[in-house]
Amino acid sequence: MLLIFLKRVLAAIPVLIIVASLTFFFVRLAPGGPFDSDRAVSQEVLINLQEAYNLNAPLSEQYFDYMSGVLVGDFGPSFRYPGRSVSEMIFTGLPVTLELAVYAILIALCVGIFSGVLAALKRNTFLDFIPMAIAMIGICVPTFLMGPLLVLIFGINLELLPVSGWDNLPGDKILPSITLGFAYAAYIARLSRGGMLEILGQDFIRTARAKGLSERVVVTKHAMQGGLIPVVSFLGPAVAGLLAGSFVVETIFQIPGLGRFYVEAAFNRDYTMILGTTIFFSAMIVFFNLLSDMAVMLFNPRARD
Amino acid sequence: MFKNYLNLFLCLIFITSCGDNISPVDSGLENQIFHFGNGSEPQGLDPHIVTGVPEHHILIALCEGLTSSNPKGGEPLPGMAESWTISEDGRVYTFNINQNAKWSNGDKVIADDFVWSWNRVLTPSLGSQYTDMLYYVEGAQDFYDGKINDFSKVGVKALDDNTLEVVLKNPTPFFLGLLSHYSTWPVHKETVLKHGSIDDRNGQWTRPGNFVCNGPMQLKTWELNNKIVVEKNPFYWDAEMVKLNEIHYYPVTNVMTEDRMFRAGQLHSTYTVPAQKCPVYIEEGNPNLSIDPYMGTYFYRTNTLHPVLKDKKVRKALAYSINRKQIVDKVSQCGQKPAFSFTPPGANGYQPKTEIPYDIELAKNLLAEAGYPNGEGFPVLEILFNTSEDHRKIALAVQQMWQANLGISVELVNMDWKVYLSRESSGDFQISRAGWIGDYEDPNTFLDLPMPGRGNNKTGWVNREYEKLVNQANQTLDQEKRYDLFRQAESILIDELPVIPIYTYVRQIQLSPDVKGWDSNYLDHHHPKYIYLERD
Repeated sequence: MLLIFLKRVLAAIPVLIIVASLTFFFVRLAPGGPFDSDRAVSQEVLINLQEAYNLNAPLSEQYFDYMSGVLVGDFGPSFRYPGRSVSEMIFTGLPVTLELAVYAILIALCVGIFSGVLAALKRNTFLDFIPMAIAMIGICVPTFLMGPLLVLIFGINLELLPVSGWDNLPGDKILPSITLGFAYAAYIARLSRGGMLEILGQDFIRTARAKGLSERVVVTKHAMQGGLIPVVSFLGPAVAGLLAGSFVVETIFQIPGLGRFYVEAAFNRDYTMILGTTIFFSAMIVFFNLLSDMAVMLFNPRARD
Repeated sequence: MFKNYLNLFLCLIFITSCGDNISPVDSGLENQIFHFGNGSEPQGLDPHIVTGVPEHHILIALCEGLTSSNPKGGEPLPGMAESWTISEDGRVYTFNINQNAKWSNGDKVIADDFVWSWNRVLTPSLGSQYTDMLYYVEGAQDFYDGKINDFSKVGVKALDDNTLEVVLKNPTPFFLGLLSHYSTWPVHKETVLKHGSIDDRNGQWTRPGNFVCNGPMQLKTWELNNKIVVEKNPFYWDAEMVKLNEIHYYPVTNVMTEDRMFRAGQLHSTYTVPAQKCPVYIEEGNPNLSIDPYMGTYFYRTNTLHPVLKDKKVRKALAYSINRKQIVDKVSQCGQKPAFSFTPPGANGYQPKTEIPYDIELAKNLLAEAGYPNGEGFPVLEILFNTSEDHRKIALAVQQMWQANLGISVELVNMDWKVYLSRESSGDFQISRAGWIGDYEDPNTFLDLPMPGRGNNKTGWVNREYEKLVNQANQTLDQEKRYDLFRQAESILIDELPVIPIYTYVRQIQLSPDVKGWDSNYLDHHHPKYIYLERD
């Protein structure tokens, strides 16, 4: 397993280099530059600005400069925010996005697995239909609708929770975590139901029941181990998606996370910031996929072959 | 079992939320803490580098120039300079620096601070984007362009610690107004040099703990994309006047989020009002809605180099067939005024006398004279705008008016902001939507824009008579004569219509009734030293 892990880590390096190189050239192909603004600057000012960021040098020189910086962990200065380095901005936003992702995934796992398993055990009853109908709504209702709805109910009408912010007011982390977690809870509920149904029909479960084991032991010890493998494989991309895709929730709830930097960097043509965040998110996606593959192997020995 | 989980969840919400349920607006009232919705994360806090309105909102609290904005509009008030004299020819300004003026670290503000700061703005390698604000000073542009290397030859000198002399190229009647723009404000030399060189864009001097400036507030904390907190500066020369203890600036990019924050009592003032909510709030008589005149014009640029649009009759036909009143009443719906001049009326007493009639017959005749009777043979033109629902609605209305009134078709092309800017700058457009907000309260901030060779002209329009009149106006000291020259220039502009004004902006925000001292002014400058919180 260690060998597989090392092989996958080595394979990730060229992937990241290709991602960085493609992004480097693609962002420069996009029309508009980092210093275009509605108050146009004179040609002299523009040249001086480009000089300050070495943008007047040949592209190949800029590329090798950048890549050699990346190798030592230097993603360069942000073009949009003078005085801020890309690394600093990533590490400012990352803890917030990670914290949000952890809360969301915990909510998703607790709610999703509980309702999925329950629905599988009580198949074709109300306890199956209702959670699965809610899950279907969760999958269909986008976060940009769910967020404002929750804010309207709990923040404005009931005045129970703050409507925005992160660590500014007591309880301001609850609504964004639920909003983000709910969408993933819905997927997890459906995956766990499907996985559990498949496992519950298998011979070894019948054997376990025939041996006289209690239903609780049959479900928690025998069925869930295999029934939740789809959830485990889903978790890797889900966590990566949570990190990279939290932009909408971060915007609705005014959360200073990494997702907002990522999207705003693209709008601002902040080349170094786009590159830094893209490389970082790619690394995250590769890492979490690897982690989830490892977890699947741990649960399911057949996957190790 | 479900019931247990539901109870647990509700308990959790209850425990976390009922600890201290007083809203920031209520607690702010007790502690004089102003919660301010500020649009977006500021680029930075270096007044010589940043551009933009959110940056201005913070910098006006942190730093101060020779003059300061008048909260009621009009002539600027004393700032770092307690008084000044102007030579008879209007070219030499002598500023007497306030002897009580101090930096936030207690150092005295001296005349040389301004000389060094202007030297910094004009240092090309700093990459300041507002250098043209200082080009009115003798030798400033030559220094920036490298024609002179010795800054002592530029027309700004410290005669002694308390006296600053500025020599201008030409008499510039709006020069005092320019000085309340942040690009002309001083920075603390020792602090800047401690954290970098004079031309270091990435110096760390603007970070909390390092930041030193001379305004009514000083920087306390700066959490990226979350909030910036400024607190009262005890060394400010007019500290007695300052009643607020802190201002919290929130970079809320989403206008709907900001609206909800205001409704939930998390903000005293918002950066704007969602366009779709404005008419509803007006109809409901929402007491928190504040709509003030704003020195800005929403207009359409025409590419005068385009084979069809180079004919002024076509441009006139397009302009005369737009029903501006209908656009402000039925489309923008937030108190905007139809614009019949490029310069918003009332800028420091300037009243343009131009008219743009809504006259379909006249427009049709003009189009026929241009060779397109009833729109026949008129090519399909494009209206370019940056992606925004508000711009799209206006473009749709204009498209429909041109179709109905002139029988011509136009296509709507929306582009990402940077693509739109790039296409406008390179002249790759036919008609494009645009907006212009005055930097200072004088007609020149608008009438300078269509001048030949200006980066913001973008229309390709060159008119030497117009150029001559604007230049002449800016060398005239008598305000009435000057405004007459501007009016003549504006008449040429509105006759030629390289720009088609649509409406004059208003500043629409939601403002808590607790906020006092927030006066309306044309530039929307609200100096925090006049603002305080009090409940009626």
